[in-house]
Amino acid sequence: MAEAHPVGFQWVMEAKKRGATVIHVDPRFTRTSAVADLHVPIRAGTDIAFLGGLIRHVLETGAYFEDYVRAYTNGPMLLRGDFADTEDLDGLFSGFDPETATYDTETWQYEGATAPSAAGDRDLDVHETERGEMPGSGGAPIAADPERDDTMQDPRCVLQVLRRHYSRYTPEKVHEICGIPVATFHRVAEALVRNSGRERTSAFAYAVGWTHHTVGVQYIRAAAVLQALLGNIGRPGGGILALRGHASIQGSTDIPTLFDLLPGYIPMPHAHRDEGLQHFIESNAGTKGFWADLDAYVVSLLKAWFGDAATADNDFCFDHLPRLTGDHSSFRTVMDQADGKVPGYFVVGENPAVGTANARMQRHGLASLEWLVVRDLNMVETATFWKDGPEIETGEMRTEDIGTEIFFLPAAAHTEKDGTFTNTQRLLQWHHKAVEPPGDCRSDLWFYFELGKRIKARVAGSDDPRDRPLQDLTWDYPVDATGEPSADAVLREINGVDADGKALPGYTALRSDGSTSSGCWIYCGVYADEVNQSARRRPGAEQDLIAAEWGWAWPMNRRVLYNRASADPVGRPWSERKRLTYWDGEKWAGPDVPDFPADTPPDYVPPPGAHAAKAIGGAEPFVMQSDGRAWLHAPAGLADGPMPTHYEPEESPVGNALYGQRANPARQRFERADNHYHPEPGTPGAEVYPYVFTTFRVTEHHTAGGMSRWTPHLNELQPEMFLEVSPELAAERGLTHGGWAHVVTARSAVEGRVLVTERAKPLRHGDTVIHQIGVPWHWGPNGLSTGDAANELLGVSLDPNVHIMETKAATCDIRPGRRPRGPELVTCLADRRRQAGLEEEPR
Amino acid sequence: MSAPEHRTAAGTPRTRRRGKGRGERLMVPEAEFTSYYGRPIIKPPVWKVPDVPAYLYLGGLAGVSAPLAALADLTGRPGLRRVGRVAAAGGATLSVGFLVHDLGRPERFLHMLRVLKVTSPLSVGSWILAPFGALSGATAVAEVLGVTPRLARASGLAAGALGPALTTYTAVLVADTAVPAWHEGFRELPFVFAGSAMASGGGAGLLARGDVTPARRVAVAGAVLELAATSVLERRIGFAAKAYRSGRAGAVLTGARVGTVVGALGALASGFVRGRPGRVLGAAAGLLLNAASAATRYGIFEAGMASARDPEYTVRPQRERLEARRAEDHPAGSDR
Amino acid sequence: MNSLSGPLADPSADAGYADGHPPRVGFFTDTSVCIGCKACEVACKEWNALPADGVGDHGAAGDVLGLTGMSYDNSGGLGASTYRHVAFVEQRVPARDSAPVDLGMPAMELPGAVQPGVDRDDATEVRWLMSSDVCKHCTHAACLDVCPTGSLIRTEHGTVLVQEDICNGCGYCIPACPYGVIDQRQGDGRAFKCTMCQDRLGAGLAPACATACPTESIQFGPLDELRERADARLAELHDRGVGEARLYGRDPDDGVGGDGAFFLLLDEPEVYGLPPDPVVTTRDLPSMWRHAAGAALAVAGAVAAAFLGGRR
Repeated sequence: MAEAHPVGFQWVMEAKKRGATVIHVDPRFTRTSAVADLHVPIRAGTDIAFLGGLIRHVLETGAYFEDYVRAYTNGPMLLRGDFADTEDLDGLFSGFDPETATYDTETWQYEGATAPSAAGDRDLDVHETERGEMPGSGGAPIAADPERDDTMQDPRCVLQVLRRHYSRYTPEKVHEICGIPVATFHRVAEALVRNSGRERTSAFAYAVGWTHHTVGVQYIRAAAVLQALLGNIGRPGGGILALRGHASIQGSTDIPTLFDLLPGYIPMPHAHRDEGLQHFIESNAGTKGFWADLDAYVVSLLKAWFGDAATADNDFCFDHLPRLTGDHSSFRTVMDQADGKVPGYFVVGENPAVGTANARMQRHGLASLEWLVVRDLNMVETATFWKDGPEIETGEMRTEDIGTEIFFLPAAAHTEKDGTFTNTQRLLQWHHKAVEPPGDCRSDLWFYFELGKRIKARVAGSDDPRDRPLQDLTWDYPVDATGEPSADAVLREINGVDADGKALPGYTALRSDGSTSSGCWIYCGVYADEVNQSARRRPGAEQDLIAAEWGWAWPMNRRVLYNRASADPVGRPWSERKRLTYWDGEKWAGPDVPDFPADTPPDYVPPPGAHAAKAIGGAEPFVMQSDGRAWLHAPAGLADGPMPTHYEPEESPVGNALYGQRANPARQRFERADNHYHPEPGTPGAEVYPYVFTTFRVTEHHTAGGMSRWTPHLNELQPEMFLEVSPELAAERGLTHGGWAHVVTARSAVEGRVLVTERAKPLRHGDTVIHQIGVPWHWGPNGLSTGDAANELLGVSLDPNVHIMETKAATCDIRPGRRPRGPELVTCLADRRRQAGLEEEPR
Repeated sequence: MSAPEHRTAAGTPRTRRRGKGRGERLMVPEAEFTSYYGRPIIKPPVWKVPDVPAYLYLGGLAGVSAPLAALADLTGRPGLRRVGRVAAAGGATLSVGFLVHDLGRPERFLHMLRVLKVTSPLSVGSWILAPFGALSGATAVAEVLGVTPRLARASGLAAGALGPALTTYTAVLVADTAVPAWHEGFRELPFVFAGSAMASGGGAGLLARGDVTPARRVAVAGAVLELAATSVLERRIGFAAKAYRSGRAGAVLTGARVGTVVGALGALASGFVRGRPGRVLGAAAGLLLNAASAATRYGIFEAGMASARDPEYTVRPQRERLEARRAEDHPAGSDR
Repeated sequence: MNSLSGPLADPSADAGYADGHPPRVGFFTDTSVCIGCKACEVACKEWNALPADGVGDHGAAGDVLGLTGMSYDNSGGLGASTYRHVAFVEQRVPARDSAPVDLGMPAMELPGAVQPGVDRDDATEVRWLMSSDVCKHCTHAACLDVCPTGSLIRTEHGTVLVQEDICNGCGYCIPACPYGVIDQRQGDGRAFKCTMCQDRLGAGLAPACATACPTESIQFGPLDELRERADARLAELHDRGVGEARLYGRDPDDGVGGDGAFFLLLDEPEVYGLPPDPVVTTRDLPSMWRHAAGAALAVAGAVAAAFLGGRR
């Protein structure tokens, strides 16, 4: 966190100054480790084993917050009798189909309740990789009240199932799998337990070290389970904080750049299943909680986009929305490009030619396009691969053979335009333009506004029905003297207006009758009272702990989600020390905006047939969940299991010490000639790639370097690609500090300067010594500071829920000296693959 | 990467145990010395070679030549007067030239005379060098042109009066720095410089026709003073003395010392050889003394540079001083 | 003449500023909370429009954009274009958690000296120290004292400033500095160092580095206040068992009369590249002048004496 989020890390240091214990779990000893009270080195890709060990510790020692667990989690819910755990099936849950490598989640359900895959008229086959997207952020709607046992003793209740699931995640097993000494594990477990409960809370912060795995979603789930058991959710000082990879990545999932979501986590309609608005709403809205008002959110979105053209008679132009036909995620699309199926591509503020896993495959995709638009601050590799990319050097591509027409458009930086950043705590903060963009650089807002104007002009006279969405699109933003559209006006449109054109106060004011509009329902309220609430900057020192007048947080300026959970079931704070939101006899009070119907008393029991907010019981804090509870066991919504389970990464040097099933059985693999995977551990050829590598960032650079490699003041601070190795590995492979070495995988080889450091420490796995190599991924061939891109090394294997790639753990070899160059690289890699049995001998 | 070989790898600040002899194993190691990757603590001077060593040498030569010439004038030794005047003016002029050349912004040389600061030896020196240069220059012009002998005598006397200061302010100039080899020797360096200046100024006088006895005496006395002062310096300044004994500085200074001794003996001997051979011997000795003086300045310069580049020179005496003070404040047994 | 050494309550007044000048300001750099982000280095260069000069003692051109191999420190040290420098020190130290084992000083084997396959001693752990260095703005500043042109001055804020329009690049200040701070910029010829953002102080702003520091490792303020804060922080750390914490440059009785920019360190100063017991060179200047005068008189006397007696 200190490495990649140094500004946010100030609050960790502030907490440390006030006595907080900071524990850092990371395969590498980083700047964060340097100031932490305890650094826990871990083998890359084994965090679920570690977190599972902590869950087991909490359950077996009775350290969980029992009142909280009983009332606020699904711990008491009974599961179906035909549910089978990984303990029963050696690493698989019930419902797995080895043919398709997908789960039928039917048996994961509560006893006596049904979930979405069985609901509605979804008669069409649902590709299992889409399952994760279907429920949006709200979790799957659950019909009916499940059976439960509030003593939590029934062997079929979630808590007991959980206990059994993690029964073998002992400290010794954690040591064996993760390389964490038993004493260190106990230190962590004790510190965590000591600092959780009624009087104290602990927080988890994670970044892509947890998400970039074939089982990444389950990493986060494991933390969620642990935090729910300890009562650390919805309470001040608790929670799980997702540290995002870029400024406003949170914003770009809220108002998404993801193929399967509409703004505000509304699912993208499916081409065949969601034929009309009514049908879409019925199959995606819950009956209980705030998702039950999905119709109001969708209709308001359509009104924002299509204005007067959207009427009740035409389903508010619901048919204008694009439709999913399957997986259109990034990697699927790139493979389709490489296979010649995709003609055009917009790359905006990204640099896949060096910034995305299996960069060679990415470039092959780019080279197979008809046209490519690149908008960036600098001439990034994605715009220049055709003339000086690695394949030109190796002879695999020739410039004259590449037919892609590339348009490079210089972009304005965030300091050169107005707009908002949405940070990890959902806080929108307005930034003002400080300087005019230089030369031809223009903001993204300007670009899309102008592009839209031109496209609309081109289709203005068309009577082709497919042009109707473009014709109906509202596209009328005020511009300033330079032609720059007003970002403020866009924010106001996102907030939404009522029938009189007045800014709405919040999403509860949204209606499904077409009288309101809102570009993103969760952002509704950011322009309440006709004020840009995100631009508020009242200093924290002038405010209380919540600091509600600094920026604006969605939803409704709530700073702590599920804060109803900070009070006990009858509405009293769990403790005075950790008081936040509580029932004052008439309403929910406290410094934060209650994440709960403000006047629903704690003893409220919804009448049968109650809908939406009225269906939320007075003691059900998890208002976005269809049962109002935090899920220790997820009965639906996940593609790879209801409870997090330790699986090895796609590539690891050792087998799974817990189950016969080695890796996530539902992970997405792509067996292609341009995407070789290494042999499984213990099989012939695995020894060709004996070491683990993990990619990482340093403070001095940003992502793949598109912003930082052109900045002299940053480049002098971290001027060259390097490889972090332990003294032990350096001795084993003859690597010299400061000299060259190259890392080899089946995909490629990259070189860098050797940084021998005692911060890198080999781990023991039984009798095996496991060496981990740190590979920063900031470099590429362009810019002031150049070097090989770490993404050349990685293959593509994905988490089945969110299609994220595994970049944080893979296997490799490392050799002293520079890598082979030119055509020699190709033959050398092929030789190594043949050695590993991954490729046939040439005929 | 152009890491010097002594620089060690990441994560291992350099620690050096130092014994007396090389390869000798000590039962009890001396105090350990730690540094930040072997990097210097102080910044080595940016002064260039030959500019600054030449400036030091020429200042000394001029500073002794001027009084020699003035007294030769008064005592009716025209040969010595003539050589002395030319050496004083030439030395001063070249000295200024080297000084200006060494500046980062030579066009701003006159900023040296913007203020007079007694805390800055270079400021004081500039205020000595500037009038000295003017006076000795005027004297030499008059000498060469053979005009205004009275004025020349007056200006020559004035330059002669300033001369001795010119020979020793440069010692303060180098000593008033954080450079260990220079600063630690601040008591002796003025005498080393004075001796070296006399050896070179007297040596220059040996090139003159006519009676050069005063020059010979000055040269020999200077050589003795320089050798004596150097010897005291090296014995007194502790660890920093190593900078004068080792490396390039050590070699140069050894050579300079040999030159000084041989030159002084030659000068001495030339007094006993009559006629042309005596004069030739004297001249040769004088040239040797000048070469030795220039080498001495260069050697001292190099010793300073070496002691600045190696952090041990900075750390070790300070660490020892600190430990001694701590021991004094907290006698054995008590904790810090 | 200003006093050359020893405690001095108000260097600005000593330099001739009238009563009512602003209080002396400084930096307190608490390295125990430094995360090595180098925001100070970048903010400083941005605000002061300093060139990226890579590394090397004098920004040698060949060193630009080269990895030094000195942990994550690639700027090497303070220089003419680097007014803030973050040091990174990697050490093997006795584990905080394990039974005390006397390992002496931190282990110093070269990387690679450890035998492969042999576990490292669990009684040790790695410590990574980071510290942002800067000009100390000494109470008795040698650079200022020796500057022959008057380019270096004491400001009304008690800081030490190079006036770029005066400096003629004589380079005297460079070896005078006991901390190796000030340096000559290649291609420019003049000497440069931290200005404590003089152009911000006048506008009531804190220096760029202190403003950018996310963890308040760099604190800016009136020196008296900073000293109190530092004393409190030191006591707090000692209470928490961080016995190795110590203040550096805080003491007005030290060899430079106390630093305007002082530090809380977690190891000996030289580990961070700082001199353990710096003394302003001009403390000895009166004695130097006396010795020089004596030597000059010796020259005068010797020359005069050489003319005694008859001619040959």
